Amino acid sequence: MKLRIKYTKTGVLRFISHLDVMRYFQKAVRRAKLDISYSKGFSPHQLISFAAPMPLGMTSLGEYCDADFESVTDTEDMMRRFNCVSTPDLVITDIVLLPDGAKNSMSVVAASDYLIELSEEGKKCPENFKLFEEALKLSEYENLMILKKTKKSETYTDIKPLIYEMEHRVYNHDYTEYTVPFSNKENTECHEGLYMMLAAGSVNNLKPDLVIEALLSKAGMAYDRFNYKIMRLETYMEDEKGLVPLSSAGQRI
Amino acid sequence: MEKLALSDRILMSVEKPARYIGNEVNMIKKDISKVDIRFAMCFPDVYEIGMSYLGIQILYDMFNRREDTYCERVYSPWPDLDKKMREENIPLFTLETQEPVKTCDFLGITIQYEMCYTNILQVIDLSQIPMYAKDRKKGDTIVIGGGPCVYNPEPIADFFDMFYIGEGEISYDALLDLYKEYKYSDMTREDFLIKASQIDGIYVPSLYDVQYNEDGTIKSVKPLYESVPKTVKKVIVNDFNKTTYPMKPVVPYIRATQDRVVLEIMRGCIRGCRFCQAGMIYRPTRQKNVKLLKEYARTMLDNTGYEEISLSSLSSSDYTELQELIEFLMDEMRNNHVNISLPSLRIDAFSLDVMSKVQDVHKVSLTFAPEAGSQRLRNVINKGLTEEDIMNGAREAFKGGWSKVKLYFMLGLPTETDEDAEGIAELAERISEEYYDVLPKEERQGALMITASASYFVPKPFTPFQWAPMMMPEDYLKRAYHVKDTFNKQKNKKRLKFTYHDHEISILEGVFARGDRRLSKVIYDAYKAGAIFDAWTEFFDRDKYIEAFRKNNMDMYFYTAREREVSEVLPWDHIDSGVSKKFLIKEWERAREEKTTPNCRMQCQGCGVASFGGGVCFEAKN
Repeated sequence: MKLRIKYTKTGVLRFISHLDVMRYFQKAVRRAKLDISYSKGFSPHQLISFAAPMPLGMTSLGEYCDADFESVTDTEDMMRRFNCVSTPDLVITDIVLLPDGAKNSMSVVAASDYLIELSEEGKKCPENFKLFEEALKLSEYENLMILKKTKKSETYTDIKPLIYEMEHRVYNHDYTEYTVPFSNKENTECHEGLYMMLAAGSVNNLKPDLVIEALLSKAGMAYDRFNYKIMRLETYMEDEKGLVPLSSAGQRI
Repeated sequence: MEKLALSDRILMSVEKPARYIGNEVNMIKKDISKVDIRFAMCFPDVYEIGMSYLGIQILYDMFNRREDTYCERVYSPWPDLDKKMREENIPLFTLETQEPVKTCDFLGITIQYEMCYTNILQVIDLSQIPMYAKDRKKGDTIVIGGGPCVYNPEPIADFFDMFYIGEGEISYDALLDLYKEYKYSDMTREDFLIKASQIDGIYVPSLYDVQYNEDGTIKSVKPLYESVPKTVKKVIVNDFNKTTYPMKPVVPYIRATQDRVVLEIMRGCIRGCRFCQAGMIYRPTRQKNVKLLKEYARTMLDNTGYEEISLSSLSSSDYTELQELIEFLMDEMRNNHVNISLPSLRIDAFSLDVMSKVQDVHKVSLTFAPEAGSQRLRNVINKGLTEEDIMNGAREAFKGGWSKVKLYFMLGLPTETDEDAEGIAELAERISEEYYDVLPKEERQGALMITASASYFVPKPFTPFQWAPMMMPEDYLKRAYHVKDTFNKQKNKKRLKFTYHDHEISILEGVFARGDRRLSKVIYDAYKAGAIFDAWTEFFDRDKYIEAFRKNNMDMYFYTAREREVSEVLPWDHIDSGVSKKFLIKEWERAREEKTTPNCRMQCQGCGVASFGGGVCFEAKN
């Protein structure tokens, strides 16, 4: 049985590399005594594959992996068992049973969305708020060019077509609801910032860093990553309805 | 939101930021306003090395069982972070609370090898604690050292308030209780130190006066006060089944060197190899009950999620219930996809059978540690392994499908000659010939590869070789080249490989191992010149030490190249490991007579550790 698992990577886990998160995840599965399948041989490993890797420094509420299981109980029970032996910074938030022949999560990723907030350091300098002003002007631009440097050449690419959505949003404390635009209410429980949905996956992949860099350069500013906090909210695939979360491929059990 | 001592900007600019963020699975969390004692426990090397060390896991668990105490961890910042902390004046912090180490009551440092001495200075310095114990006042963090190197802590004595001689399970409760009394009363620091020195196993170096002879050797080491004991005897656990053991060890996010559950099956070793300090200072041999170990194994695997378990001891083949334990682990674990990582086992039918079941014989190499190239020299060092043992083991292994063999040797052993050293190449050659003799062409799988590696012997305190001289640098090189040349003369030389260690590091290790208090200035000056991570060849800089010795008008070869008389007062004579000097002298004599000594189970040699009242000394009598 193949399950698709949605999990978070928050807090100090932003300093843990993708490879180490994978190792962490596998140990947590063992602590939770979930009946995952193993490969054969002298060093058996769990049959599990992870979707889009996260760059170091970023957090996420929408990470996915697919795994084969020998037996399963139900979504709630498996989530509870995992989460009580895991750090609050990596919890499972959804488990769905994939239909036979479903493509693996890595190959179906089509987009991700992000919320960009100012970091504590970034808030100290009012100039950094300019990012949000620049973002509002995006629709006025014909294109958004970035310089791609490789060892051999430098080429300009237009990344605007890869930006599917961009707006100001204010999320509540656990990112379950939001309002547009800014509420202007002073509330530390809220997360307010720049929301963007970008192409992701193997065909077109746009990193939020690049978008911020391009927007800031319009304002004549250099991008310093430590002025901003980037959180991935969800990872999407494409179906007949358009872009839907990766977990839409299956049913809760 | 979590609290971190370092900003994202710093963390993202250094290698492996996960070294500094704590918050791992099974990390203990306590409210620091509700504890009396905060104990920062340090392994003075990088996180991945320090986290692999079992001793800290044991003490971390033990301390944190006390409600009034919070034990937190500290490791050496890697040079990239070290530089930033100095630039920005950031004090070293613990992983648990991310609070400065200097806000803790104790800084406990485990000292596993001599080449970490400058890292100890780095940790004290970055913690912003006064470097020398004499400059510390009431209210400053107490710096205490433990581990094998504290059997001769003299070269670093000036930096420590006290040392703990022996196994941590015994005297810490008394020390912490005394500390609490000191902390909450007007007891002076001097009074506290004197009272601490009366606790079993606690050595307070500042309470001893060292006098020297004109030739630089030690004249006397005497306590300053009558109430301070003349010698400090190590403390050990007698009933090894009743000690605490961490059932929920901390599981690092990043891959540590020891990335598995470690099951300590035995302490001490019955073998009595004359070069081996661990084999002497951890006497007597004590083992854990196999039933208990089975229970531990299950619980620890459940609590950590590790996929591998390894057995820890100095010589696992001597654990009397090994077969039962390994069969249990194999049965139990097969269903749970747990790998068993086998420790140094004697190569025989049983161990080969076990290994072939848990490892891919085509990938894994088989390890022998003959330590010396000739039987004569193996007798001198009392290494029980004979050439016949090695050949039998190799033959069985080749038949079982192995084709990679590793051999460990030492160069520069007492009485060693060029012929003994040549024996290393010749032994490797004979093993390779055995391979071709035993296996017909069609049965040879994979290419035969025999790798011999040699380190240089460093005489250690409390061993029969504590009086032995080391060689001069050029002689070490000559001997290594000689072995290399001999390898090149062998028929199967293409199947043989020889590597050897850096002799400069070994010489310094030798200086510190048997050094005295005057070396603290040298270590301090080398550190001030930038020496840290000396155990890492890429960071070790011999010139910094040469300069430090020159500056202090001291000769490093005084500590290494000289053969000591057995009558000489040794810098560690006021420490008592339980093994008598008489026994060590007898063994030193027998070594030079090329006579072997039977192991503890065959025949008690009356080494003195029976005075502790437990372990192998009483096995037959139970």
